[in-house]
Amino acid sequence: MTEMVYGAVPFGDGEPILPKWWRTIDKWSMSCVMILFVIGLLLGLAASPPLAARNGFEPFHYVQRQAVFGGAALVAMIITSLMSPTLVRRLAVMGFLAAFVGLALLPFFGTDFGKGAVRWYSLGFASLQPSEFLKPGFVVVAAWLLAAGQEINGPPGRLWSFVLTVVIAAMLVIQPDFGQACLVLFGWGVMYFVAGAPMVLLVGIAGFVVLAGVLAYSSSEHFARRIDGFLSAEVDPTTQLGYASNAIREGGLFGVGVGEGQVKWSLPDAHTDFIIAVAAEEYGLILVIIIISLYCSIVVRSLLRLMRERDSFIRLAGTGLAAMFGVQAMINMGVAVRLLPAKGMTLPFVSYGGSSLIAGGIALGMLLAFTRTRPQGEISDFLRGVGR
Amino acid sequence: MIRTPLRPLARILPARAKGENPDAIERENLNRRHEEIEAKARVRAESRLLVLSVSFLCAFVVIGGRMMMMATSEPSEPLANAQGTVIANQRADIVDRQGRILATNFETHSLYAQPPQMVDPLAAAKGLVQIFPDLDEKKLIKNFTGKKKFLWIKKKISPEQKQAVHDIGDPGLLFGPREMRLYPNGKLAAHVLGGASFGKEGVNSAELKGVAGVEAQFDGYLRDPANGDRPLQLSLDLTIQAAMERVLFGGMRLMSAKGAAAILMDAYTGEVIAVSSLPSFDPNDRPRVSIPGEDPSENPLFNRAVQGVYELGSTFKIFAAAQAMDLGLMNPETIINTRGPLQWGKFKIRDFHNYGNALTLTKVIVKSSNIGTARVAQMIGPLRQKQFLAALGMFDPTPFEIVEAVNAQPLLPKQYSELSAMTISYGHGISTSPMHLAAGYAVIANGGHYVSPTVLKQAGPQLGPRVMSPVTAAASRQMLRKVVSEGTASFGEVPGYAVGGKTGSADKPKPRGGYYNDKVIATFASIFPSNDPKYVLVVTLDEPEVFTLGETRRTAGWTAVPVAAELIRRVAPLLGLRPQVEPAGFGGVTLTSN
Repeated sequence: MTEMVYGAVPFGDGEPILPKWWRTIDKWSMSCVMILFVIGLLLGLAASPPLAARNGFEPFHYVQRQAVFGGAALVAMIITSLMSPTLVRRLAVMGFLAAFVGLALLPFFGTDFGKGAVRWYSLGFASLQPSEFLKPGFVVVAAWLLAAGQEINGPPGRLWSFVLTVVIAAMLVIQPDFGQACLVLFGWGVMYFVAGAPMVLLVGIAGFVVLAGVLAYSSSEHFARRIDGFLSAEVDPTTQLGYASNAIREGGLFGVGVGEGQVKWSLPDAHTDFIIAVAAEEYGLILVIIIISLYCSIVVRSLLRLMRERDSFIRLAGTGLAAMFGVQAMINMGVAVRLLPAKGMTLPFVSYGGSSLIAGGIALGMLLAFTRTRPQGEISDFLRGVGR
Repeated sequence: MIRTPLRPLARILPARAKGENPDAIERENLNRRHEEIEAKARVRAESRLLVLSVSFLCAFVVIGGRMMMMATSEPSEPLANAQGTVIANQRADIVDRQGRILATNFETHSLYAQPPQMVDPLAAAKGLVQIFPDLDEKKLIKNFTGKKKFLWIKKKISPEQKQAVHDIGDPGLLFGPREMRLYPNGKLAAHVLGGASFGKEGVNSAELKGVAGVEAQFDGYLRDPANGDRPLQLSLDLTIQAAMERVLFGGMRLMSAKGAAAILMDAYTGEVIAVSSLPSFDPNDRPRVSIPGEDPSENPLFNRAVQGVYELGSTFKIFAAAQAMDLGLMNPETIINTRGPLQWGKFKIRDFHNYGNALTLTKVIVKSSNIGTARVAQMIGPLRQKQFLAALGMFDPTPFEIVEAVNAQPLLPKQYSELSAMTISYGHGISTSPMHLAAGYAVIANGGHYVSPTVLKQAGPQLGPRVMSPVTAAASRQMLRKVVSEGTASFGEVPGYAVGGKTGSADKPKPRGGYYNDKVIATFASIFPSNDPKYVLVVTLDEPEVFTLGETRRTAGWTAVPVAAELIRRVAPLLGLRPQVEPAGFGGVTLTSN
């Protein structure tokens, strides 16, 4: 190797970094992210003053913080998206190790901020939630393992990644944070699906889930009541869900008007888990549809771009990141419209939260880096006559 | 399965033979296979990614669609109904045998607060305390200004109170409609009805749950929405119940007793027409249950007639006599040795007075001789006595349908020896509830059949298995009649109703063993009219004491019997019994003295 490159002139592909970035990046997705961030700030203006008032800050304290963190997140996103997939992988693996250690040490040094779950490190000026940073790193590591497992003479990557997933999910459950644990399991499942999970296994798992659900419904009265309660059309108006549904109804098509919403005063999580309800109440269905289509276009565009990708690591990692991003958004909004049982999950890039914002920025940066246009060997295919 | 060899030996071997390096061939082969795998994986992943994209698109569309449905639906006042459970708040009425209301439902409101919606918590608390003086203002302020989002203030309020709370005008004070259980007759039949309280509570309704008496026993029936317009009909008669409670209360006061119980039972159907236990309570406002350390039997909630078990004393003697006659061992005129005291091991059985050396069986009952009865029991023997008493239902809780009845498990000696048989024959050593006794006397009254005491109205006679022959029953009735006409219960004579009965004055057992000599349970178990008895009446007074004719008297003949006589005098006409007044001039020959 050494003699081969010795004395050779370092060789780039001849294109400056920024023009290349601009040429190859998925500009539509990036614009969607920017718009989401702006919407997040706009909703923060509406949703966070009550919280600020409760905690004794000036009304727009949380909006300022959101702007600062969001700016940092956008910078992180752009820097990450400038990197090559290999560099992204290297950094992500290191980041993953750090976050993993952070997660493992949570029970000893973490704090629960009186919320009953030890998820944060208190840094004084801000708090740090390692599980948010763990997620993108985990996706990259698992994709790397799965891709390596597909190589001839490769390691048993599927097994390793599965063990890793279960370990991380268990650590999250201990906190307890069932939502993130499910998200991690789901992310791995999607990657495994794309990496070529046997059809028999998929059908078997689906059948098992249905069967277990039916069994649990018919044998456990408690479970049945939960499901019935979730399915029933009526909802206790004094619960968060009740307030949220009412807010969506009040909003109608065009909303009750900026600053006129009431729900933010009664919902303690109006600025995070139920921010979509605030959006629906004040700005109406229009904004909600816009938000949904932004998320949808980011996810679907990324997945469609990844279809062309030949490198299986990049394909898997991109799929995992896009799916996690999309599912998190879906769960958050699905809870507010009562399609899903109540589960606290932030709306990525819109909800307030420093860790979530910056980690989201990094994750989207990675996604953008993976979905950049790359030569995919079509010419060599063509020359060899194997392409389509 | 066709395995592709890892190394293309077909090419390597000739290459090796030519002296070429086979590694290049191997690498090329590996590279080719790698590309094949890649291509296959890519094609598969392409389709799966497409599936994934479509599913994400669908999911987002579903969320958007749902959002649109919710947004375009009218904002309606949401129905309070957490977890989809329906709280059934209907409860069937309870009526007496004539269809008069004993328990019904009444619409009222509960008052609750949602502090986050309060405008002026301090003023609200102050106003509330003015309306409800029992509320603590400091505690209210603490609750209203604290982190609580919801609290109940009052479970039931009157319309006037509701208006007053309205006038406070705080949006955080809210009302929930309630159905409450109402007992329009107050204390009447309190122990039978028991009471109801709120179970699961929601903002818009609360579940009514029976906590005692028939309300608890028939909770399932009363709550079943299908029975909403079919009231539960009891055997009680409101008029007679009222008369009984009034007379019994007077009797209890007059005899300075600390408690009293009475049961009026139909001898053929087992229907309990009236049952009362004093002191009583108001089921609309149940007193607290006794705390540990307190004697639960002193609590007004305690049902002395059904729940309490006592040694009921000489009222049991008639069972020994009846059994002896039923077995053919004796007839009413059999002479029994009553020389006292009767020595049995280290125990001596004595009579209240010395009645002489010998008495006929009838006289043993009439004079209430413990020695005579004990001798009868000796002849019967413990085994047969046990069977007989079991057939009378004296060993099991009564089937009377209120939840408290199962607590009345009769107390029996651990070892049912001959001595036990002798003491039990005169009602010591066995503790039963007055309801047990009434059921036993019903057997004598109806001609020998066991009837289960019941609180539900019956269509007709409910005669159970035969316990004694009609002849025995008739002979026993005559003995009971003689107890009143010429024996210990002479105050029990009610002209025209030919009362028959047996007194019992049992010394109360001390909690730590032994008996008090100045505290008795005085019982009078009676049947009337004794020539053709329709009803059984048991009256029990707890620790009665009356100063008459120069001495303090506690025996039933001086205490329970006059109360029972007054009761019969009052209720017999209400029951529709005509007094059988003997025509004047028949000179002492009455219809019942034969």
